[in-house]
Amino acid sequence: MANASEANASKARAANATGARAANAIEARALRKSFGRTRALDGLDLTVRTGEVHAFLGPNGAGKTTTLRILLGLLRKDGGEAVLLGGDPWHDATALHTRLAYVPGDVTLWPSLTGGEIIDLLARLRGRRDGIDAKRRQALIERFDLDPSKKARAYSKGNRQKVALVAALASDAELLLLDEPTAGLDPLMEAAFRECVNAERHDGRTILLSSHILSEAEALADRVTIIRDGQAVETGTLAEMRHLTRNFVDAELAAPASLAGVPGVHDLDVQDGRVRCQVDHAALGDVLALLTSAGVRSLTCRPPTLEELFLRHYSTERMGLGASS
Amino acid sequence: MTRAGQAGAVLADSGPAGPGLAGPRLAGTALAGTGALTRLALRRDRIALVATVYVIVALVAGTAQAFKKLYPTAAGRAALVATGESNPALRFLYGRLSGDSIGSLTTWRYGIWAGIFAALVAIFVVIRHTRTDEEAGRLELVGSAVVGRDAPLVAGLLTAAAPILAIALLLCAALPLLGLPAAGSAALALGIGACGLAFTGIAAVAAQLTSSARTARGIALAVLGVAFVLRGVGDAAGASGPSWLSWASPLAWIQLAQPFAAERWWVLLLPLAAFALGVALAFRLAARRDLGAGLLPDRPGRPTASRLLSGPFGLAWRLEWGTLAGWVTGYVFTFAASGAAAKGIGQLFGTSSALQREFARIGGQAAIVNAYLAALMLLAGLVAAAYATSAVLRLRGEETVGRAEPVLATATGRIRWALSHIAIAVGGAVLLLAVAGVATGLGYGLRAGSAGTEVTRLLGAALAQLPASLALAAVAVLLFGLLPGAAVAGAWTAVGLVVAITLFGEVLQLSHWVLDISPFTQTPRLPGGTVTAEPLLWLCLAAVGFSVIGLLGLRRRDIG
Repeated sequence: MANASEANASKARAANATGARAANAIEARALRKSFGRTRALDGLDLTVRTGEVHAFLGPNGAGKTTTLRILLGLLRKDGGEAVLLGGDPWHDATALHTRLAYVPGDVTLWPSLTGGEIIDLLARLRGRRDGIDAKRRQALIERFDLDPSKKARAYSKGNRQKVALVAALASDAELLLLDEPTAGLDPLMEAAFRECVNAERHDGRTILLSSHILSEAEALADRVTIIRDGQAVETGTLAEMRHLTRNFVDAELAAPASLAGVPGVHDLDVQDGRVRCQVDHAALGDVLALLTSAGVRSLTCRPPTLEELFLRHYSTERMGLGASS
Repeated sequence: MTRAGQAGAVLADSGPAGPGLAGPRLAGTALAGTGALTRLALRRDRIALVATVYVIVALVAGTAQAFKKLYPTAAGRAALVATGESNPALRFLYGRLSGDSIGSLTTWRYGIWAGIFAALVAIFVVIRHTRTDEEAGRLELVGSAVVGRDAPLVAGLLTAAAPILAIALLLCAALPLLGLPAAGSAALALGIGACGLAFTGIAAVAAQLTSSARTARGIALAVLGVAFVLRGVGDAAGASGPSWLSWASPLAWIQLAQPFAAERWWVLLLPLAAFALGVALAFRLAARRDLGAGLLPDRPGRPTASRLLSGPFGLAWRLEWGTLAGWVTGYVFTFAASGAAAKGIGQLFGTSSALQREFARIGGQAAIVNAYLAALMLLAGLVAAAYATSAVLRLRGEETVGRAEPVLATATGRIRWALSHIAIAVGGAVLLLAVAGVATGLGYGLRAGSAGTEVTRLLGAALAQLPASLALAAVAVLLFGLLPGAAVAGAWTAVGLVVAITLFGEVLQLSHWVLDISPFTQTPRLPGGTVTAEPLLWLCLAAVGFSVIGLLGLRRRDIG
């Protein structure tokens, strides 16, 4: 039975490889997973379009790694649906895995093997008997400044991460699943990583990047999903998400303007001639008109950063906790 | 020596240190934080340590109680002593008898084995709290707190010494309650405790030698294995053979102190001296090396993988071959030496007419030699099962530390991954048994002048143990698939039970259905016994059945 389903899956893969690629590399709907009494995923939706860099954001314990492990067929989902590269992540696991590469969040390596050996081994395990593109491997090792002849036991956390990253980036996988890939990297290596991701995007690869480093997601991602307590609370492009939120306005005025009570204006703070407030997207035009009529000496109007978007979802939780205690 | 002196001083008042991380008296010294670390280690291991102490004390005290019930008369005991003394296989397994009192019989049956168990406690505890923590990076975290340089090693030694001293003290108290003489009880209990302490010192040295906890444990266990074989050969050889070999083994010192007989107290100074030397050497070595490093620095390796390292089997082989090579080396020496010792057996019975009568009763020299060789082959089977179990459990180890995840995220399926390690376990067991058969055959055959026939005969006898060994190791596969959280504890419990039933079941007169639990009860006693295919086929079937169920379970469960 297993062989039959595996054979079917590899046929499907062959069909996929020759035919048009599916529009969505990952489609998860209402995913649920519990560990004992802990509910890790509670109806999570996640859609990653083919060819995009998708950031999957949430603090530790939000369910990012659990989602990735379900998508890899390492964990069995309790409910919901998941489609990965057109296949079932649980039943077609091995066939699908020939087309993806994964960097775990907590990279542990075999202490007695060297970094170079591990890079080659993972490539061969991925299904390439001849190993990997030697030129590409060499370029990445140099780019990440990695010593491949060192035993893994002697590597620091950052170097272990580099081994896993080189192994994934040197592969010809069409989908990269990266779980907090820069957690142990220094700023130089982080920059190298960003360059590589941009190059991959250029080559049409799909990347799901789980992270809690917001600046990284802001710089790299086409679309973002924010996850909290096992549910996706926000998803879309950064522009879309900003569109739905308030802008920050900071103006110095010649004469006082009465913004109090104007619909769409929040957190108003007036000091002498200085006005600071947050303004709903829809009310921005009216507010600007009011400010202009009062005579503007200087004006800053900026959309929220991803961090502010992110914290908005989490500060409500914190406030809730504060109220209950 | 000064460091060892400090360690000794701490050992003397190991009790409550100060409330903070660094005890007030030790603050600022190389031992700062020892108390806190010891309490942490005892806290982590409290259940396992209490259970181990209980089992060992209960085993020894229970045996004394059983002997009291089963052999109330001096004549009955004398017959048992005659059997024990006349059978070299029993001498190999249990050592020598120094009298026919209940105490002497208890010392014979469990003196060495309780010493082995105490040594195992010492090895596992010391390495777990020193090198394992260091390899995992936990000592780095600890070392950055107010913790002295020597504190982790001292804490590891204290954590191992605590259960060992508890065993000794409890036995000192328990055996006299059963009516045994107090002096003999103290000699036996202290002998067992001192043996444990000797291996505490040995484990402390092993922990300094390599940067890998696994290798360190292997070194210490190898020393234990050599100690067992040295005294086994010495004890089995008797007066006409190299009985002096026993004096080289810390395990033999327990019986050489002759509890319940001459009570040579000075012999107990030997293990204590070994302990002091080991601890002193460990501190010397620890002072010379960096955190995380072994004595030998790690050399750079290949920057690219060889052809061999491709696919899950290549990986499993790469991870396992060093361990297997160690086991094979141990097997070669153990069984060549034990086989060679078989030649002298039988001649030594000319001394006493009572022994000679007993000897004739069992079946003369050929039967004696065969019984001895069969016991050796049984031992080879049990140890091969332990090896195969450890090789299977590497799967669980890989899973819990997170190294299974990157492999299973590739095109490697779960079954292939598991089978690659199972293949090593099976192949390793076959290899070990073949080595045991050939080495014993050569050792005995070359001295007896019939190497050709002995090698084939004993190779067959050794391989006849294979189905039983694999059936036992397959329990680990079963548990790994169905109850991964309990796999390690469960599989080793199964091995321990089978070893206990196989080695001690008949003497303890356990009922037949208990004996039948052990797959080795179903295995023909070879050489000398008769072979029937049926039980061997059943054992093979059990091994395959357990493995298939385990693998089916693995396919359905979560990884990690």
